[in-house]
Amino acid sequence: MSYLSASKRLSSQTRLNLRSIGAQKVLSDVFAQTAADAAAVGFVLAHLPRDTGTVLWAQDRLSEKEAGQPYMAGIGAERSLLRVNVSRPSDVLVAMEDALRCKGMTAVIGEIWGDPPSLDFTATKRLALRAEANGVPCWLIRRAGSPNLSAARNRWRIGSLPSVAHPHDAQAPGDPRWQVELFRSRYAQPGTWVAQYDRASDRLDFSAPRLDGAVAARDGADRQRTP
Amino acid sequence: MERWQRVMERTGNAPPDDLPVAMVAEGPHGPVIYDTNRAARLAGVRPGARVTDTKAVLPDLRIEYADIVGDRHAMERLVFWGRRWCPWSVQDGAHGLVLDTTGSDHLWGGEATMLADMEAAFSTLGLTAQIALAPTWGAAWALARYGTARNICPEGQIAQTVAGLPTDALRLNSQTVLLLRRLGLKTIGALADVPRLSLTRRFVKAKLNDNPVLRLDQLIGQTAEPVSSPDATPQFRAYMRLPEPIMDPTPFMSDLCRDLCDQMEEQGYGCRRLFLTVYHTDGEIHRIEAAMSVHSRDPDHLLYLFRDKLDKINPGYGFDLITLDAAQTEQMQVVQTRLDGDADETVHLSRLVDRLTARFGARAVTKPKLRESHVPERAQGWIFAMATPLEDAQKVAPDRPIRLLYSPEEVRVLYAVPKGPPVQFIWRRQTHQVTRYAGPERIAPEWWHDKPGTRLRDYFKVEDHAGRRFWLYREGLHGDGRGGDPRWFVHGMFA
Repeated sequence: MSYLSASKRLSSQTRLNLRSIGAQKVLSDVFAQTAADAAAVGFVLAHLPRDTGTVLWAQDRLSEKEAGQPYMAGIGAERSLLRVNVSRPSDVLVAMEDALRCKGMTAVIGEIWGDPPSLDFTATKRLALRAEANGVPCWLIRRAGSPNLSAARNRWRIGSLPSVAHPHDAQAPGDPRWQVELFRSRYAQPGTWVAQYDRASDRLDFSAPRLDGAVAARDGADRQRTP
Repeated sequence: MERWQRVMERTGNAPPDDLPVAMVAEGPHGPVIYDTNRAARLAGVRPGARVTDTKAVLPDLRIEYADIVGDRHAMERLVFWGRRWCPWSVQDGAHGLVLDTTGSDHLWGGEATMLADMEAAFSTLGLTAQIALAPTWGAAWALARYGTARNICPEGQIAQTVAGLPTDALRLNSQTVLLLRRLGLKTIGALADVPRLSLTRRFVKAKLNDNPVLRLDQLIGQTAEPVSSPDATPQFRAYMRLPEPIMDPTPFMSDLCRDLCDQMEEQGYGCRRLFLTVYHTDGEIHRIEAAMSVHSRDPDHLLYLFRDKLDKINPGYGFDLITLDAAQTEQMQVVQTRLDGDADETVHLSRLVDRLTARFGARAVTKPKLRESHVPERAQGWIFAMATPLEDAQKVAPDRPIRLLYSPEEVRVLYAVPKGPPVQFIWRRQTHQVTRYAGPERIAPEWWHDKPGTRLRDYFKVEDHAGRRFWLYREGLHGDGRGGDPRWFVHGMFA
């Protein structure tokens, strides 16, 4: 009983925090759990405003070949997008940095495949400082990469979870649900949550993961994090 | 026609004079003759005739496509070229040029000498000109087209000079000309003899193009028809002559850009394209180009666009003359949108597009363009971010993925029923168990785009055991007669 109340307390405490973390105008890393999973992209898009400003979307060649390109019919045709597809990851970083200098940007999104040598601590630090100086949120989506040293203020790991039940069709997948792990952050305690995105109202809800005794093979890490 | 002839002569493959050649343009029912050369005209080929009919009559007629847009641009240039005789010139219709030579004929030694000079100058260009001089626009128009060569109509004798010309010379619609001919009025003189009251009553509601009374007034000079001459677009060029040949233009670039921008600012212009030309000491010329998405005259911005491109110049033995030309210039106004004097966000954005395009090339910097199509890969295209935005197709699509694969990837599937969703599929060597699905959504091939035999697609939104959501489709049906068993593809991913 006390275990349940502790997790509830944690979730209510961090719910407010998590929303504000996502809306912060800093550099955030997002790691996709599997390469060809759109959950990471969906999570980033859920944090962007729907209809104002321009988003720069830079992709390297491998990301485009392996994980596809943004599709406006699903993203929302009212969003204004500027896409840069270049072959080298270092060019992605250059384009992002240039865009972060620009005032009219709503967000800057970059997709990088693997662990290129150009994506070192210095490169991420440059992005992070520029994003903070100009107040533009910057998201770096990483696929097939390892979370090595980075200056990103928030580092997320996103995977898919079975979706919410469809309101009209029991067979069909409904609104998306993601397993969200904030494994490093300057502003909040790390943790794992289930994020549920309501597409109709453009609303992202975080809740604590379901802790069934049978399913959760944990060592009580959640309890350790409680103050 | 003559422009084409001249181009062919210059490239050395002009046809002989006795070979009939016709320029054609696309008509509503296939190509029609647009213009002909002399041999074809003598053989009876008329503009406006169908090409197929003409080819049947004259099988050895050579057909060339007319460059109508090029002709229009050539005419626009010719308007300014004609300013050598007088300060006012304007284009008149598709093939006409009107020069207001009032007060400038004495500079050429009289009217007749000026007309001879004009004809000679046009023939140097390879063009045949029919020239006439008259006190009014209408009279000059009529005499040039229907009068004798180099006709000069003295002041006050317009009515007598044009009296013998047909009514076609009145710049009227063909229907009105036909009507006048049916009324028995074949010449301008006959029309002028009709009592004005009855003519006015007959054509009281007609527009200018249908109204012989108004046209007659313009011809005689009772209604003024001034020449409103367009201003020539100024040319902007900054150049730097150097005492010694140099290898690197970088130190001079900022001065050149500032000079060019000062020139443009003085006249209120901005440019969208820049050419940097370096003239080598050994006579070679090298040119670099930079483009912008909106008009600009900010020296720092222009300088930035050349930053990475200057390395591409092969200096050779060095160069001693650098020029910077502005092209696609347009008048622009300085607008202050914010009280603090800072530039608008859209300006920042367009400059970002310029910078990225200058760095990675136009192909790499794109923006989405929605098109009216149900086929997913056709519904979204990418256009250059530099391009001027066009109207997007407004469409509310049903449930669509947020990612679309570069090209659909084939998967191996297991299904329970042939027309139903898959139970399991293998994609990129991984097995996915389908737990939930929505669909099918059938998208038929677009017969006006696709080649015959294209199969329909049934799209399914499926969710696998790990919660990943994919967009699968089955191409074709069993027994649709368009190939063997239907194949399955992954086309996109949902959030």
